[in-house]
Amino acid sequence: MRIGFITAAADRRLLDERGGTRAMMWIMAIMLFLTALAAALGLATLAATALLDRQLVGRLTVQIVEPSAPARAAQTAAALAALRAAPGVRDAAEVDRARLAALLRPWLGADGADPDLPIPAMIDVDLTSGGDAAAASVAAAVARVAPSARVDRHQRWMSPVSGFMRLVIWLAAGLVALIAGATAAVVILAARASLETHRETIEVMHMLGSTDMQIARLFQRRIALDTLLGGAVGTVLAVAVAAALGARLATLGSDLLDGLALGRRDWALLALLPFAFALLATVAARYAVLGALRKIL
Amino acid sequence: MANIVQFENVGLRYGTGAETLSDVSFTLSSGAFYFLTGTSGAGKTSLLKLLYLAQRPTRGGIRLFGEDAVTLPRARLPGFRRRIGVVFQDFRLVPHLSAYDNIALPLRVSGVAESDIDAPVREMLAWVGLDRRIDAKPPTLSGGEQQRVAIARAVIGRPEILVADEPTGNVDPDMAERLLHLFDSLNRLGTTVVVATHDFHLLGRIPDAHMMRLDKGRLLDPTGSLRFPPPESQAPGAAA
Repeated sequence: MRIGFITAAADRRLLDERGGTRAMMWIMAIMLFLTALAAALGLATLAATALLDRQLVGRLTVQIVEPSAPARAAQTAAALAALRAAPGVRDAAEVDRARLAALLRPWLGADGADPDLPIPAMIDVDLTSGGDAAAASVAAAVARVAPSARVDRHQRWMSPVSGFMRLVIWLAAGLVALIAGATAAVVILAARASLETHRETIEVMHMLGSTDMQIARLFQRRIALDTLLGGAVGTVLAVAVAAALGARLATLGSDLLDGLALGRRDWALLALLPFAFALLATVAARYAVLGALRKIL
Repeated sequence: MANIVQFENVGLRYGTGAETLSDVSFTLSSGAFYFLTGTSGAGKTSLLKLLYLAQRPTRGGIRLFGEDAVTLPRARLPGFRRRIGVVFQDFRLVPHLSAYDNIALPLRVSGVAESDIDAPVREMLAWVGLDRRIDAKPPTLSGGEQQRVAIARAVIGRPEILVADEPTGNVDPDMAERLLHLFDSLNRLGTTVVVATHDFHLLGRIPDAHMMRLDKGRLLDPTGSLRFPPPESQAPGAAA
């Protein structure tokens, strides 16, 4: 890498990079490890939320709560016909008695299969859109032909879960922003400390006619390199941890947690983190060095 | 000869103390050779700092290369500094750089291509007799060797003004003579040379040199045109 006025080799010699100069790299490894984990959590939750939204938006369940079996059957048939004829309904299907009995088995045992038990009839409905108006229109159509019908939107049941997941996403984004801010602060402190360490060299360079920008580039380059190398190590470790957690989640077989997975775009975003942080460190180092140099003639 | 430096009633004060330099006025002609003499604490180093733009005066005016150096924007200082070679009294070599890299530094700062750096640096190392210490770091060099590296660094960029603060203080008489000859050669090529020294033996070595003498922050000869040898009334002993 050439940095404008001095070759990289001469530049490295100029700032005496031997000795304890790699501490910054390990700090950056830790910062990027934490950032990548927080980002992975946020991205996976974002994917899960999107999946949940896709699954719930536009889904309804119509219950016909009618103790009389013939009346319930009549209203169910009428509701099904009304639903299938209604605009905005993609599909409407009755949940068969056997499946309802299976759902109730944990509470009612084998009694749930008793044909005399007045279990409400249920109809699963898929709408073409998830708008409130479409749901209201369908509910009205059902109410006209089946007075015992109750219409439940799945979105409403799951909104607390969805809200919690959004909170997790914001929390993860906040963590990433906080760590980025802390990284910038660490870089500024490190750049100032490094300036102090190399004060004599900098004074000589100034007297020889170096511009502030030339001197700032020396520090920028070095800090960016430390951030990139340390960041790569931290990100690789975080990605390994995220992949291992993803594999464990996949074995749980939970419908809710299945969506917590990282897609190709998410992995690519994680891979870009060290570069983004190297850029952030470069800007922070330049800001710190130029600010400090302006105070000397 | 045109004036390359002009000081007019320059005063310099560090903090709230007394003035280190007071009412200093002189002009330096382009291509001339100047000795700046004076006892320790007379203000020689402070005057040189003003010359190589390490310090701004507290009052008065300084014109350098035809421009006002007092109000010169900070961003323009590097360009001016590249036209001035400085031999610092304490050498100010970069301790972890080799003699070669220390001497190459002004060329690298000025953006000279790496391929054009090697020959002049080796030539300069040979000139100051350090061609066998090319990779030596300053801490491993003697005081005299460090001084020679500092001088080589100051002159390698062929500056328009060379400012040297006690450049022969740490070298033997033979080397002092050789270094002075180097300054003289540079002067003959058109560089204005200002050498601050205690060593009155040196003054006679450059017959055409002018002498400026500072005493307690004041220039004894305001015109700066004293020539060596100074008249009896202005000899160092007479001024003290």
